[in-house]
Amino acid sequence: MARVAMRSLNKKYDEVHAVIDVNLDIRDQEFVVLVGPSGCGKTTTLRMVAGLESITSGHISIDDKIVNELPPMDRDIAMVFQNYALYPHMTVYDNMAFGLKMRKFDRAEIGKRVQEAADILGIGQLLRRKPRQLSGGQRQRVALGRAIVRHPQVFLFDEPLSNLDAKLRVQMRVELKKLHERLGTTAIYVTHDQVEAMTLGDRVVVRKDGRVQQVGDPMELYNQPANRFVAGFIGSPAMNFVGVRLAAENGSLWAENPGMRIQVPAPLKERLGPYAGREATLGVRPEDLRIAGAGDPGELTFPAAVEVVERLGSEILLDVAVGETTMVASVEPTAPAKVHETLRLAVNPDRVHFFDNETEAAI
Amino acid sequence: MTTIEAVAPRQYVRGPRRGPITRLLEDERKLALCLMLPTIVLLGLFIAYPFVKGIELSVTNTSVGVPGKFVGIENFKKIWTDDIFHIAVWNTCLYTFVTTVFKLVLGLWLALLLNRHFKGKAFMRAFILLPFIIPTVLSTFAWKWMFDPTFSVLNWMLFHLGIIHSRINWLGDPGLAMISVIIVNVWRGVPFYAISLLAGLQTISPELHEAAAIDGARAWARFRHVTWPLLLPVTLVIVLFSVIQTFADFQLVYVLTGGGPANATQLFATYAYQLGIGTGLLSQGAAISLAIFPILLLVVIVQLVYIRRAETL
Repeated sequence: MARVAMRSLNKKYDEVHAVIDVNLDIRDQEFVVLVGPSGCGKTTTLRMVAGLESITSGHISIDDKIVNELPPMDRDIAMVFQNYALYPHMTVYDNMAFGLKMRKFDRAEIGKRVQEAADILGIGQLLRRKPRQLSGGQRQRVALGRAIVRHPQVFLFDEPLSNLDAKLRVQMRVELKKLHERLGTTAIYVTHDQVEAMTLGDRVVVRKDGRVQQVGDPMELYNQPANRFVAGFIGSPAMNFVGVRLAAENGSLWAENPGMRIQVPAPLKERLGPYAGREATLGVRPEDLRIAGAGDPGELTFPAAVEVVERLGSEILLDVAVGETTMVASVEPTAPAKVHETLRLAVNPDRVHFFDNETEAAI
Repeated sequence: MTTIEAVAPRQYVRGPRRGPITRLLEDERKLALCLMLPTIVLLGLFIAYPFVKGIELSVTNTSVGVPGKFVGIENFKKIWTDDIFHIAVWNTCLYTFVTTVFKLVLGLWLALLLNRHFKGKAFMRAFILLPFIIPTVLSTFAWKWMFDPTFSVLNWMLFHLGIIHSRINWLGDPGLAMISVIIVNVWRGVPFYAISLLAGLQTISPELHEAAAIDGARAWARFRHVTWPLLLPVTLVIVLFSVIQTFADFQLVYVLTGGGPANATQLFATYAYQLGIGTGLLSQGAAISLAIFPILLLVVIVQLVYIRRAETL
């Protein structure tokens, strides 16, 4: 178990600056998820921690010991690869035992540890098989087993669930979570799937174009996104963004465009004051919109023409036209919504976000 | 009685009529036959016919200008007691074994080097193939000059480096002649091994090496536990091809030494040629050629069994 720290970490290839000035402190026993679209440098960062990729500048330390020059085997880490990277010519047992054999553990200890890991992962009956005789989910377990038999200080996961089908992915996600609770080993997990990031991470690091956009626990990212990218990346369906003009009138501030006119909620008024008379982006999540009732104040509602109704069972997604833009609203499954109908949507005033048009930072 | 209205059968639109050849080729079995025909003709003409003819010759006493009579296994009895034939068998086995070992080791080493990332990699890979591409007779003539007792550039180099003080008669000394022939064969064969093994190496996922590195395997352990076992099936196939080629090698030895001095480098193929064409004893030459067959068959069977076992690993 260990802390991992990255200081001004950079990785440059000939043309590409893949990782830019990453600073990150991972606490002991923490499960940290690096998430972002492809090309954001998340896998490169992970590989630098593993020692598979050289560090252009900055440093990485594990438990206060700088590991920049240490080969992978001496870093006491274990990695689970996207394609599992199981040795195809070895049995499941030998795959799991390989790391221990290389480290000269005695046979009895190896047998004990492999059995222990196999029991945890429920693959005890597969030990004599070869990887190609296993299903995707079973291979995934063997790859996990190979990592946990070593009792490493840090687990590194490189998109380990992306090759599994949707149902299995959800199941393995839960199992990974349980496994982490049971073992308590510090883990760094890379994924492009925000759902995985939200469900697994104690803290989530959102990346884009090599830079860290925001670090925080999942609800922090969801409730207080630092910028427009994080706001759009976290949450499904994605947050609605609407260009608005902020206008001061009779002591209150209004966000308006040809389709809507909404009063800026009191808590945000002060921060948005300097934007009066300027353009900004309003962000509201689909789940923070609802069909307006009689009690909803007029200054928080706007008309919307329903274009598509998607009934998901637990909710209904309405694709609506609001002036010149379109938005998505997630409403109750019992809501009486029909296509081509125009209704009024109400926003939850506590959950409206505004973003600067130039910096894209949250206001 | 009620009348039932007859509905006129609908007129189907006919597609354009296909020609008889197109229709013939739509039948997969006939298509397969058509596709195989050129190969069958070529193999029949240049492999099967000479093979049958060889068997036919080997049981007669045919020589140039003399249509022979059937003599049974007389020719085989004769070569069985022929000392030069014994030398040729031993030489061929030695030659094949030694060159195969060297070609495999050097080829693997080269393949491992070429599998790394470095500048000019593509150029180097193409360059490496040169000895293999140049016609054997041409390159062997160049080697013949390098081994020439008077003009040998090798002797010149060794002399100027102070390693030797008198000329080495590379092709004149029986032991050295064999070594020389082996050197040239290895030189010629390494590129084939290197490129084929490189192709095999590239099918091994780099992730496996990374996983092994994290698992604590150093370079040698990674080679021994990951690279080598995964490369084994490919290696066995390459060795199989190479052994067959080398066992029946002819042009290299023929150009370099002609089997000499005093049969020191006489191989199956050169001896068969010398006896059959050189001396005109067609039937005995054929018998020697056929004598390779059971030995090669044994080698091939053993190797195929190994390949199958390696593949099911």
